[in-house]
Amino acid sequence: MSRGNGRPSIPVTIDGQEAMAYEGETILDVATRIGVRIPRLCYLEGLSVWGGCRLCLVEVEDDPRYRLSCATPVVAEMAVTTTNWELHNHRRRIVEMLFAEGNHICAVCVSNGDCELQDLAAETDVDHIHYDLQHPDASVDASHPKYVLDRERCVLCTRCVRVCNEIEGAHVWDVGGRGSDSMIVAELSKPWGESPSCTWCGKCVLVCPTGALAFKGRAVGEMRHDPAVIDFLKTARDEGKWYERQEAR
Amino acid sequence: MSNGNGAGNGKLRIATAWLGGCSGCHMSFLDLDEFLVDLAGMADLVFGPLTDTKAFPPDVDITLVEGAVTNEDNRELAFALRENTRVVVSFGDCAVTGNVTALRNLLGEPEPMLQRVYVEHPDLDGQLPSEVVPALLPMAEPLHELIPIDAYMPGCPPSAERIKTTITALAQALIDGEPVPKATEWLFPDEARFG
Repeated sequence: MSRGNGRPSIPVTIDGQEAMAYEGETILDVATRIGVRIPRLCYLEGLSVWGGCRLCLVEVEDDPRYRLSCATPVVAEMAVTTTNWELHNHRRRIVEMLFAEGNHICAVCVSNGDCELQDLAAETDVDHIHYDLQHPDASVDASHPKYVLDRERCVLCTRCVRVCNEIEGAHVWDVGGRGSDSMIVAELSKPWGESPSCTWCGKCVLVCPTGALAFKGRAVGEMRHDPAVIDFLKTARDEGKWYERQEAR
Repeated sequence: MSNGNGAGNGKLRIATAWLGGCSGCHMSFLDLDEFLVDLAGMADLVFGPLTDTKAFPPDVDITLVEGAVTNEDNRELAFALRENTRVVVSFGDCAVTGNVTALRNLLGEPEPMLQRVYVEHPDLDGQLPSEVVPALLPMAEPLHELIPIDAYMPGCPPSAERIKTTITALAQALIDGEPVPKATEWLFPDEARFG
């Protein structure tokens, strides 16, 4: 969380709740701090902001455009609405499009029951997909001895790309291709197992919101991710503090 | 409930249908345990794998449809049940999204899949089934791609609790003469979940 020094000094209103924000805080930061949940997918505390999933969009009073709450710093007297029928509907359509452009078969997925996409579908009332399912012929990279990448389940949130670059410092991952051919690639498109820079740390696997990255050998519904570990590591590194936390299985 | 061509004994007429699915949703339906007794008190089961009716009957109140539309038989039954049902429920992930049944779509047309399963498989003598079984459609598709759906019940399979909640809500809506979307609105968000 990008928190400025000193006391919070910026008055803002979020869903009618008045709050004081720190200099440089985003709308999402403040909302999270005061207990207002804004749906998000690509955002992860501890990583840089990417603003790609568009799920965290919010309405700002007197602003004709929706704003990404993860990437919009608060300004004084800002009045934010985090959810209304229209926003809810936009989010629902975004989640449906994510489902339509991949092969998300929850019933046979390692991450069934521990999946942020599945959770978001429930949260945004997605009970079926309005759009034509694309059934992309995406590939699986099982060349790594410890982990597996199933691109059919990837939502291109780029958390793995960012965590590998920013926290581990290895930069194994990138997004290759264009448009609907975009995909996560290792070492500018080599099999993951042949990557000389991968340290086997597994952070990319822990932060994956879906079953795209998983530990090898896990069966249906057995995968447990642990995205919160990144904030824990970041805080330790930046502030020299190891706070207490519940570890995922 | 029915006042048209049905039995007209004041009970709801409920049907189930089994398209391209594993019948797991029907198993979950049987998992309703003692609620099945209550259900039998307020409704007649008029069609489905659990009855011995050959043709889809007219004037049905609620039909739960399991499975994706994957062959000509499924398509025919889907049209027939839509024509004769007031409330069609997309029942389980296969009907709602295609799910496992639609995995074959990754191979394109059905021929490569048939080749892989029946011809290249070492134990099946390299035979393709061609008689008696209905021909596969080019794609296995969710039910709503073919016919209008009134309510969706995701889950693989939907839990007995979710089935009970949905049936109860729909039955109450029909008895009260309320529109169906309103009746299922309150099911969310906890009741709508894939997988």
